[in-house]
Parts: sequence; structure tokens; C-alpha cells
Amino acid sequence: MKVLKEETTNLGVEAIDPHEVKQELLRKVPTKVARKRAKQIIVNEIGPELEAQEIGANTRTIPGIITQRGCTYAGCKGVILGPTRDIVNITHGPIGCGFYSWLTRRNQTRTNGPEDENFMTYCFSTDMQEEDIVFGGEKKLRAAIQEAYDLFKPKAISIFATCPVGLIGDDVHSVAREMKEKLGINVFGFSCEGYKGVSQSAGHHIANNGIFTHVVGLNDNVKEGKFKINLLGEYNIGGDAFELDRILDDCGITVVSTFSGNSTYDQFANAHTADLNTIMCHRSINYVAEMMETKFGIPWVKINFIGAEAAAKSLRKIANYFEDPELSERVEAVIAREMPEVEKVREEVRARCEGKVAMLFVGGSRAHHYQELFREIGMKTISAGYEFAHRDDYEGRHVLPFLKVDADSRNIEELEVHPDPERFRPRKTAEDVERLAAKGFRFKDYDGMMREMPERTLVVDDISQYETDRLIDIYKPAIFCAGIKEKFAVQKKGIPMKQLHSYDSGGPYAGFRGAINFYREIDRMVNSQVWKYLKAPWQENPELAAKYACD
Amino acid sequence: MLLRHTPKEINQRKALTINPAKTCQPIGAMYAALGIHGCLPHSHGSQGCCAYHRSTLTRHYKEPVMAATSSFTEGASVFGGQANLVQAIDNIFTIYEPDVIAVHTTCLSETIGDDIPQIARKAEADGKIPSGKFVIHVNTPSYVGTHVTGFANMTKAMVDYFAQSNGKKIDQINIVPGYVEPSDMEEIKRLADVMGIRTVLFPDTSGVLNRPQTGKYEMFPKGGVTVEALKTTGDSMATIGLGRMASGPAARALDAKFNVHCEILDLPIGFKATDRFVDTLRKTAGTNVPDILNEERGQLLDIITDMHQYFYGRKVALAGDPDQLIALTEFLVSIDMWPIHIVTGTTAKKFETRIREITRDVPHPVNVSAPGDMFLLHQWIKNEPVDLLMGNTYMKYIARDEDIPLVRFGFPILDRIGHSYFPTVGYRGGMRLLEKILDVILDRQDRDAPEESFELVM
Repeated sequence: MKVLKEETTNLGVEAIDPHEVKQELLRKVPTKVARKRAKQIIVNEIGPELEAQEIGANTRTIPGIITQRGCTYAGCKGVILGPTRDIVNITHGPIGCGFYSWLTRRNQTRTNGPEDENFMTYCFSTDMQEEDIVFGGEKKLRAAIQEAYDLFKPKAISIFATCPVGLIGDDVHSVAREMKEKLGINVFGFSCEGYKGVSQSAGHHIANNGIFTHVVGLNDNVKEGKFKINLLGEYNIGGDAFELDRILDDCGITVVSTFSGNSTYDQFANAHTADLNTIMCHRSINYVAEMMETKFGIPWVKINFIGAEAAAKSLRKIANYFEDPELSERVEAVIAREMPEVEKVREEVRARCEGKVAMLFVGGSRAHHYQELFREIGMKTISAGYEFAHRDDYEGRHVLPFLKVDADSRNIEELEVHPDPERFRPRKTAEDVERLAAKGFRFKDYDGMMREMPERTLVVDDISQYETDRLIDIYKPAIFCAGIKEKFAVQKKGIPMKQLHSYDSGGPYAGFRGAINFYREIDRMVNSQVWKYLKAPWQENPELAAKYACD
Repeated sequence: MLLRHTPKEINQRKALTINPAKTCQPIGAMYAALGIHGCLPHSHGSQGCCAYHRSTLTRHYKEPVMAATSSFTEGASVFGGQANLVQAIDNIFTIYEPDVIAVHTTCLSETIGDDIPQIARKAEADGKIPSGKFVIHVNTPSYVGTHVTGFANMTKAMVDYFAQSNGKKIDQINIVPGYVEPSDMEEIKRLADVMGIRTVLFPDTSGVLNRPQTGKYEMFPKGGVTVEALKTTGDSMATIGLGRMASGPAARALDAKFNVHCEILDLPIGFKATDRFVDTLRKTAGTNVPDILNEERGQLLDIITDMHQYFYGRKVALAGDPDQLIALTEFLVSIDMWPIHIVTGTTAKKFETRIREITRDVPHPVNVSAPGDMFLLHQWIKNEPVDLLMGNTYMKYIARDEDIPLVRFGFPILDRIGHSYFPTVGYRGGMRLLEKILDVILDRQDRDAPEESFELVM
């Protein structure tokens, strides 16, 4: 392939034909695998109806292919319940699952004082042994819940089923019901065995359904505040939620609950008292917003606080929803206050980053959102893809009615939700909605990643290690974004790698201060001196000038 | 207080493990497999296990850790994982081209009872294993043993699959280094090397998990024990297994199968255990100990004599793996420190007795639990405070809450570097350990000293 030779790629990314790159990625893999992968690798071309092409997504990972993906348990316990501090999360299974999900995502939490409950630093497990697998582990689970209760007297205890638990048929839900009755606190279980679904996305779904079923709506206390929202799909990695709390608070917007960054049990329990749901990560939680609308009458909007412009736009969107001039004024004042510093740093950084190329393969929304930040400092995203997204995250929500429900998706329970007889209260009348729509306000809408990516960029779903390796060789990006498993293989190639799951050591990256942090971090990474030192002087100029040693 | 809910009062727990001092078998098997040259570890189960193990090893070593998975979904869990594994083997050999695929099971594939050798034979019959390439396996259910047993089992699998004998002894010694860092494996090789002894060290993760930045990524770097070398282990003069739990099974398997005499020693941490190792090497190979090792040994002893005042009577709490704790405890006792709270998550039959023996002369009651967890360790500390903590990164929460210095030791270390480059075994490793211990103790003394007794010379 001519296009992929060294001399061609040195001409810059424009000279590279993405169709040929796609063929190159498929060249070495067995035919059957190539056929499947071909559907998951798309050269982005937006049709005249502003429609993105169809991409294969949320399909099974191919055995033997080195994947970025994790499992359902990881999505449920690690991602969604991980950042909530006052629930005792007991992993029912052998020790590994609990151990690996113990504090490894950099979720931060801020208690109200030293007396406040915080179990995030603890790892609770039934540590199942062979005899528990042979004779069943329910007895041990029951005892473990009792011991946890006796020691900590928490508000709630949740149980996470791991692979062998599902196989041997331990019923975590009946044990939960029994212990709830006995202890008089909320105890609930999740059937989040690792083998369910095709990625961690299934686990997010199971977790969210569980929280919705067992907790949301249990506490009718209404938080004070004129403009009350929930922040959905925000996990407080590296303190993102703290920055959002700061900005929203300054605007006079009250966050009733965050799902689930820096969250508490009580916040989930009265999430239904908010007047608007705002969605950050579309993938992990869009269905919760839908269910809350049906059950409680809370409308939802897609927002994005990654990127300073995006954050400003999202604040305005929230203000527009509430249709309150005073709020809009405060929002504008906050934006006006925050932007000068953002712009100052942005300009400074842009001078050193402009024109450089990035690739993002991460998460189920992050690979989209972070393109904003790169754009702001003049960097192009030439290729991107999600680790565990579904088609709607790529192509937009209009494909939802056309999604095929396959066997793996059917395993994930869809809740049937009806209006709550006491708590349903439509926040906007039909006329309100129409009036807002006429002004261009878009409720529950998401265009997906592909429509916002330039033509001829390469979109790759569930990228493999081999494809990562080849893409980097071909495009030689200035920076590659993925997770910890990918990090050092990329860096060994002399390309800086930024983790966008847990941010390495950085963050926050949300909101205005977050944007500043990110600009500086990317500047540091793409302009680091270290990459210039890969070759020692004698490797660059191996010829000898004198012959002292030989003579 | 980060561990604000940990009470001082200790109640017996029967069912709930809190803050484990261990993790599961497959990660140990994956680590060991990375110590074979040209090997891709393969996790037979659902893909989360593989992702978790890779993530943890990556965070610990800050190096690429590649491994494949059978990516079970519910279908495979019901009908068995044969189709997944056969397809995986095909894909791996086609795309990644390793010399060896080292399959380990997970609790999922163990519970459904997949027969790996049978599946591998099927893959071979289907022509999915290229000639000259290997698929080896080990059973590592996560509900049995810990990461230490997983390491031991995969290491034994290297013997089971590769060791041969043509009946003619070779002038070489097998060394099974135990569950230690790549730097330690390198140091163990160096010790034998300076004594002029030819060795086959397996597994050997040096050059695999501590490799240089070169601007090139190689999935299979030059490190690792080769299959060729493993094949010769049946004809070696002897095997030295370091660490009873991690190295015992492989060393004994060679003895049972090929009559290769085996000596199982403690990990050579500290001067006494290193003495025993060097002496065993000397006797087994019939060589003299070169002066360089006497010098290193003398330097280590010099530090101990020079700084004894800072070691004597300092109480220490330890968490970690049995082999490491036995050697470390002995080292600490030998410099007159008092290890008084010791937990390992691994159930190890002779561990408690061994620790009791080693600490017999410590003039203080000693708590030992195997298995025990870090929650229990913390409770012991609350009841009887110590001057120093030694253990993995998770100990930093106890260290902060109780304001006790921590020396990171063991697995995993997620927040510091050095362990993969600088050994803690051998005399030089002992010097490094003492430096680390002294650094935190003296920093602490400086920090706590009132102005009038803050001293320049210590």
C-alpha cells in the first residue's frame, strides 16, 4: 500500500486516504473477523440529510482480540456505584473483583465533616472460597451483610453479583430483601455478573436501573433553591463534579443530585424533586433521564461541560429552560467572569498546539466531548471511537427506534415505568415545550459523535490493540487518548498518551477551570522535551571520527 | 480520617473480608506468563478479568501488559467456552504471532468446567496452532488460593509443558525466583552470574516489565525465559526455588519428574536469607564466592552497624505475601526492629509457625494472621501503635490516618516507582531497603523534632 509508506505519512494526515487505512487495519485479521470489524470502522461522511453512516456498535468483542473493554461488574460496581460514598458496597464473589474495583478510578468525594460517612476507601467482599461455590454462597452473603451492618450501621448496603455467583444461582435479590426486612435499612442487589452484555455498558444499565428502582423517589424533602437540576452521567473523576458544583452554585442553580460523582444515598433518594435533568455522558445514563421523565415529569436536555465553550453553551441552555431573565443574567455574568482567564491560557497554549493531531479512543461519550477541548487549542481529532458505546452515541438518538435488540442486550432488564401516582408533576406544559421548541430549544436530543466530527475522519468502535498500533504508525498523532491498559504501549512508540478514563494524575477537566487544566496538560504533553531524546547522540550519528580505540 | 469507620474494638468476622491483603489467582498467572519470552497470556473467561488484571499490572509496572481474553458472554457461560477459545487461539496466532499462548482460567470458566487441554487439542486438530508454537494452560479458579498460588501454578505449568530430559546432566542450575519484581529477577541472575554459575531462571520478567524507552513498541521484547531454555530444565544439576509458596510447586515438579535435586529457600531478602542463597549456590555449583559479594555483604552490614540506633526497637506492621513477609520479617528482626503486626491474605499452612519462630526473641507480643485483612491490621495498630508500616500502596490510608511512615513493599504499588528497576533482594537490595526505611524514619524524626533539638547531623 503506497499511501502507508513512511514518506507519504510524513506529508501530513491530509495526504492519507482513510479508506486505505481501513483496509490496512483489516489486512492481517482472519476473514470472518475482518467482515465484522469492517462494520465497526467507518470513514466519516455525513449524508445530505445530516445523517451519519451506520456503524456496528455494542456487539460482542471477538475472542482473542486484545480489547479495551471491561465487564458488566466493572460498569456497575466500579463506574456507577463506585463514586457514591455512604453505601456499603459488598462484592459477592471471589476476592479479585472487589480488589480491582477498590479506589482505582480516581473518583473523589468530599464529606461534610469528619463524622460524615465515607465508605469509598473500603473494599468489602464475601471472598468466596471453593466450598461456597460448591454449596452456595447465600449463607455467607447473609452473614457478611449482618457483619457489615453491625460494624458500620450504614444507611444502605448493596450487593454485586460476580460471574460464579450467577452460575451457581445465588439469589442476591432475595438475600437483599430478607436482610432489608431484618435490618430495617435499604439493602439491594445487582445481577451484574461479568459475562452479561458485551461491555461495561451493560453494567451501567443494571446499576442505574437498580438505583432507580430501589432508591430514587424515597425521600420527598425538597432542597431549597429556585432552579433545581440533576447532573446525570458525571462521575467526579479528578474532581470534575466539584468544579461543576462551583460554577452552578455561582449561577444560582441548585444541584439536587449528581449521578454519581460525589454522591450520597439521600441525593439519589430525592433526585425526583429536581426540575430538570441534564445529561453529560449520554451512554451511561440516557435511559434514567427517560424514566425520570415518564415517572416524575422531569424533562431532560443533553449538555456538555467538557470544553469552555461547551460549558458556556450548556449553562445558557439550562438558563433558557428555566426562562428566567435573572438567571440568564447571572449565567452570563459567570461566563463573563470565567472566560478571560480561559482565553488567556488558551491563546498561550494554542500557539504551541495549533495544527497538531489527536486521537481519542475511550468511554461512551468522552471520545466525543474531549474533541471540544482539543478544538479550542487548535488541535484536530483525526480519528476517534468509543470503547462501549451504542449506535445512538455515534449516530444520534434518531436511530434509537431502529436499533436491533440482540440476545446480549435482552439480558439487560428494561424497566417498565409509569407515572408515579403521587409524585408525577410535569415541569413544563405542552405549550411551554412548544414555545421553547419554537425558540430552537431542543429537549432530549443528541446528535451523536459522528455528526460533529469532520468528514473523512476515521471512526473505530471497540478498537483493538493491533488497530491502535497500526493507526499510530500511519498517522503519527501528536497525542493519543485512551485508558491505562493502552498507555504505555503508545508511549513506548514515542507518542504521549493521555488517559481520559481516570485522567492519570490530572483533573478536573470539566467547566472553566477544568478547561484551563486540560489546555496546560496537553501543552505539557505534546511539547514535552522527552520525546526528542529517544536516540542517543551515537545512535543518531553512528559514524566514527577517530580511531583511537582501534589503534 | 479516610478510614474513619474502622473501630479499635476487634470483633470476630466470619464472612466479610474488608480491605483484602491479597487478590486472585489469575493475575499471578498472568504475571508469571509474561516471564516467558514471546508469550501472550490469555484469560479464559469473561473479558473483565483480563481488563482488571492488565490494568493492575500496568499501574504497578508502568509498562505495557498485553493479554487476550476469551470474552465470554452469557452464551459461552451456558454452553461452554470451547468455541471462544478455539477462535481466540486462531486470532492470536494470526494477528499477534506469539510463540506461546499461556491460558489461565477464571472463576467463570472453572465453574462451568471447561477442559482446557481438550479445547487446545481441538484447536490443534483444526489447524489453529502453527507448528513450533505452543498453547500451555493452568487452572486458576479465583475462589481457590490467591495471586501467589496463581503465580506458583503458572510457573509449575512451565515445567509440566516444557521441561524435558535426555538423561545427560548439564552444568546449569534452575532458579525459580518467586513472586518478585523484574529488578529482583535481574539481581538474582547477577548474583549467580558473578559466581560464574550458568542458570535458567523462570519465570523471568526482567527485560519484559522494566524495559527502556526506545521509541519503538515491541509486543514481545527480548526478555523472558525462552522455551528452549525451559526445555533443558529437566537436565539441570539442581533447582533452587526461592519462596516456598510461589516457587515450591515448580521446583518440586522438576524433582519428581526428572529427579532434579531441589532446594527450597526463603526469598533472599536481607543478609541472612541472601547468605543462605549464596551458600546454596556455592555448594550446589561447587564454586567459590567472589570477593565482590563479600564486599556487598560487608557494605550492607556496615549500614546496619552505623545506623543501628534508628532500627533498634522500632515497631513495624506488615502486610503482604507469605514468602515476602517471612523473609522481610527475618531481615527486620536481624537488625533489631520489632515486627509486631503481620497479616497476609493468603492462607499459608506453615506461615504463622514460621513467623512465630522468626520473632521468638522479639521482646514484644506479635500478632500474626494468615489469612487476615488490612482492616484487622489497622485495628491492631489502633490498639498497639507502630513506628513503621511496610506493605503495598493500599497501606497509605492507614499511614495517613495514624500518621505512621510507610515503606512501600510488595504488590501492588500504584503510586510510586522504583520497584521494577531497583531490587530488594540480595545484599544490594538489602541496602536499598535499609535506605528506604531510614529515609522515612529520619524524615519523621526531623519533622517531629522541636526546634531546639532539630539536628543537622544524624
